Amino acid sequence: MTFLAFDDIGLRYEGQDRVVQALEGLSFTVDAGEPIAVIGPSGCGKSSMLLLAAGLLVPGRGTVSIDGSPLTAPRRETSLILQEHGLLPWKTTEDNAALGLRIRGADRRESRERAREALALVGLGEFARSYPGELSGGMRQRVGLARAVALDADLLLMDEPLSALDALRREDLQDVLLDLWRRRGHAQVLVTHSIEEAVFLGKRVVVMSPSPGRVKAIVENPGMGEADYRSAPEFHERCAELRRILAAEGALHAGAVVHP
Amino acid sequence: MVALLAGWQVLAFVLRSPALPGPAEALPVFVSLLSELLPHGALSLWRVVASMAIGTLLAVPLGLAIGRSDLADSIFAPLMFLTYPVPKVVFLPVLLVLFGLGDISKIVLIATIVFFQILLTARDAARAVPEGAVLSVRSLGAARLDIGRHVVFPAALPDIFTALRISTGTAVAVLFLAESIAGTDGLGWFIMDSWGRIDYPRMFAGILAMALAGVVLYEVIELAERATTRWRRTAR
Repeated sequence: MTFLAFDDIGLRYEGQDRVVQALEGLSFTVDAGEPIAVIGPSGCGKSSMLLLAAGLLVPGRGTVSIDGSPLTAPRRETSLILQEHGLLPWKTTEDNAALGLRIRGADRRESRERAREALALVGLGEFARSYPGELSGGMRQRVGLARAVALDADLLLMDEPLSALDALRREDLQDVLLDLWRRRGHAQVLVTHSIEEAVFLGKRVVVMSPSPGRVKAIVENPGMGEADYRSAPEFHERCAELRRILAAEGALHAGAVVHP
Repeated sequence: MVALLAGWQVLAFVLRSPALPGPAEALPVFVSLLSELLPHGALSLWRVVASMAIGTLLAVPLGLAIGRSDLADSIFAPLMFLTYPVPKVVFLPVLLVLFGLGDISKIVLIATIVFFQILLTARDAARAVPEGAVLSVRSLGAARLDIGRHVVFPAALPDIFTALRISTGTAVAVLFLAESIAGTDGLGWFIMDSWGRIDYPRMFAGILAMALAGVVLYEVIELAERATTRWRRTAR
């Protein structure tokens, strides 16, 4: 059942002396409760696409719809994690994690409790009273994650939420995200530069191509969510398939997705 | 503190003027006049505090709102830039005629001056709020009021405090002027009254009291700032 739909989306940014066509003819859908990953070279409009899904941008052409109705403003049931993790420097970690709940009207005590649970989930239980200024980049990213986790979102949008973490921590947090999805059953759009992460967390992987951004290919990945998926041969096949597609895009160099 | 007292003593010695006694002479006089100074001091302090409070409470919401709204800014900014450079203190005589010699004329004057200073600062601070912070809160479904409360106000607070600290000096100075020109009480009046009677030790005791009042006010604001902006001192 279609939940989030991009229908022939066009988006342009008007700069001082030029116009950039960020997205053109972008179309794909996400079903209710379905986790998808989006991968593609930098500059292909992935972040713009997420902002559109969050209702923070309105497309110049086409419609973004949720549950059949066009999206015109941010929804409270949507949780967005941006690359800069959006932490407010003047609030403590737990207040930052609780912010989404507070805005939705929850009282301070309840929101702090749920925030602390979420922080514990991402391994930051002891840092509830610290300020973002005292945390490392990786820790701040996890606080952003906790904020999204604390909300009962039915749509989780994430822009490279684990990029600042080292490989070990990253895999741990990927497990946390997977576990969260299993328990909550929300729809999810994860933008990532990591092929392995895309295959681990996306039932379908959407490959985008740049200038202007559009969908190049969608790789089905039904094995996602199986026990110990990272060791399965299917996992490696999917990764290889993605590598081929991205290499054909000219986006690959030595196995990683290139940042121009 | 010691250096200050020593410097003072040296200066007094060098100048040899009855109008500037050294600490050895002035401090005992100050202490002996405390019972007389306190009511005047309380009055002066109340006037400064009331006017700063009024000016600030009016200026902060307005300044923040102007800073965040392009429409409001296009209307108010030119007005602000035209009126801000005008030294409001010159309007004291007008206020004296309008409101008489009592508290109101002084409070209105100081409040107006403080208002403009804080208004400007609040507007600039609101404009400088990091857009990433605004965006992330908007994405949570925040309304305009939420953004003001969770983002704009706390982000602007450090700059507002700085402006407040600076305003303290201005407020006390203007109060002195107003009380000395057209007053019947308060420390400013006390100082000029002593000056008129050529009672320089008494005058200087008043001066000390007023200086002290300014320092106390400044420190109170500093303490309030420390309590509310702990996050700034924790950067890695």
